Amino acid sequence: MWLTSKLRQILMVLRAGVVTLKYPFEPRPVPEGFRGAPVWDHHKCIGCGGCADHCPARSILIRDVCQELRVMLYDGSRCTYCGRCADVCPEKAIRMSEAYELACDRREDVTTRLELFMLTCQRCGRCYEMENKNAIDRLSLKGFRYDNLERRALVRTSTERLSPELLKKTDH
Amino acid sequence: MLSKLCKRTAPKSLWLYHCNSGACNGCDIEILNVLTPYYDVERFGMKVVASPRHADVMLLSGAVTRPSLPLVKRAYDAMPSPKLVFGIGSCAMGGGCWFDTYNVTGGADKVVPVDYFIPGCPPRPEAIIYGVALALGLVDKKAAPVELKQMEFPIDAYRRNEAWEKRNVIYELVR
Repeated sequence: MWLTSKLRQILMVLRAGVVTLKYPFEPRPVPEGFRGAPVWDHHKCIGCGGCADHCPARSILIRDVCQELRVMLYDGSRCTYCGRCADVCPEKAIRMSEAYELACDRREDVTTRLELFMLTCQRCGRCYEMENKNAIDRLSLKGFRYDNLERRALVRTSTERLSPELLKKTDH
Repeated sequence: MLSKLCKRTAPKSLWLYHCNSGACNGCDIEILNVLTPYYDVERFGMKVVASPRHADVMLLSGAVTRPSLPLVKRAYDAMPSPKLVFGIGSCAMGGGCWFDTYNVTGGADKVVPVDYFIPGCPPRPEAIIYGVALALGLVDKKAAPVELKQMEFPIDAYRRNEAWEKRNVIYELVR
C-alpha cells in the first residue's frame, strides 16, 4: 500500500520536470513596463533641471560650470527607478531602459554625466530657454546651481555663485 | 585530509548571512525569492545560514539606520575573516531616498566595506543572481560610468533664436 503511494509520488515528481531558470547562462527578458536604468539622450536635453527637482532620491545633481555650460550628474547608486524623471522631462530626453544587470563593485559605475550647452538671457546672463518659455520657472529651478558633485550631495539653496562654506556643509 | 577534501569539493560554495539593517522588506523578499526552486541559487552551492559565524557572505539590505548601526558592525566582526559583503538594493548602495536624513547613515559602505553592490528598488531576483555570478566570475560586468557631451552647439537652437527675433521685430509690433 505505502509502496504504491510512494511510486505515485515519484511519478508525480518526475512529471513536473525542471522548472529552474538557467539565468546567468541564458539571457532573461524583462516583463513589459519594467523600469530599468534611465538613459539620457543628450541631443534632446535642454538642461531645464526638472528631473533634478522631481527626483525623490535626489540622485540627479546639477552644477553650472560657467554660463554656457551645465553639468548634470546622475548618481545611480541611490536611484529607486521610479521613472519620475522620464515623466516630467518636457523633451522626452530620458527613457527608462530595460537594463537591470547593474551589479558592480564600485558605486561610481552606475553614473551618467552630461555636459550641456545652455542659452543665456541677454539681460541677466542666466541660463534661459527661449521657445519653451518659463520652463525653468515652471520647474522651480532658479538661477545658478552648485551641487556637490564630488560628495554626491545636494545643495538645497540656489546661490548666485559658488560658496565654499555651503559646499563644505554638505561634506559628511 | 578532510580539509583537502573540503577545498576540492567546495571551493566556491558561499554561505550567506542575511542582514536586514532597516530595509522595507522588499529586498528581503527578493532575496528569499532567489532561494526558491525557480531561481535556484543553491545550484551555485549557496545557502542561507542563521549565524554570522558560519557565513562567508553578508547580504546587507537597507540603509543602515542609527539603531541598527552597532548591530551591523557586530555581525560583520563576528564573521570569519575571508568575508564578502553584498549591498543589496538602492538603500544599501547609496542610502536610497533617505541618503541624508537624520536617522540613517546613508549607505552600507559608510559602515562596513562593501564588495559588491546590486542596485534596484528592489532588485529583480535575476539582478541578485547576476551579482552573485559576478562575484563568482561567471559573467562579465556590464555597468560602467557614462559620459555624454554636446560636442557642438545645437543648430536648431540658433534657428529657434532666429525665428523668435523675426516674430518680435519692433516695427511689426507697432504696425
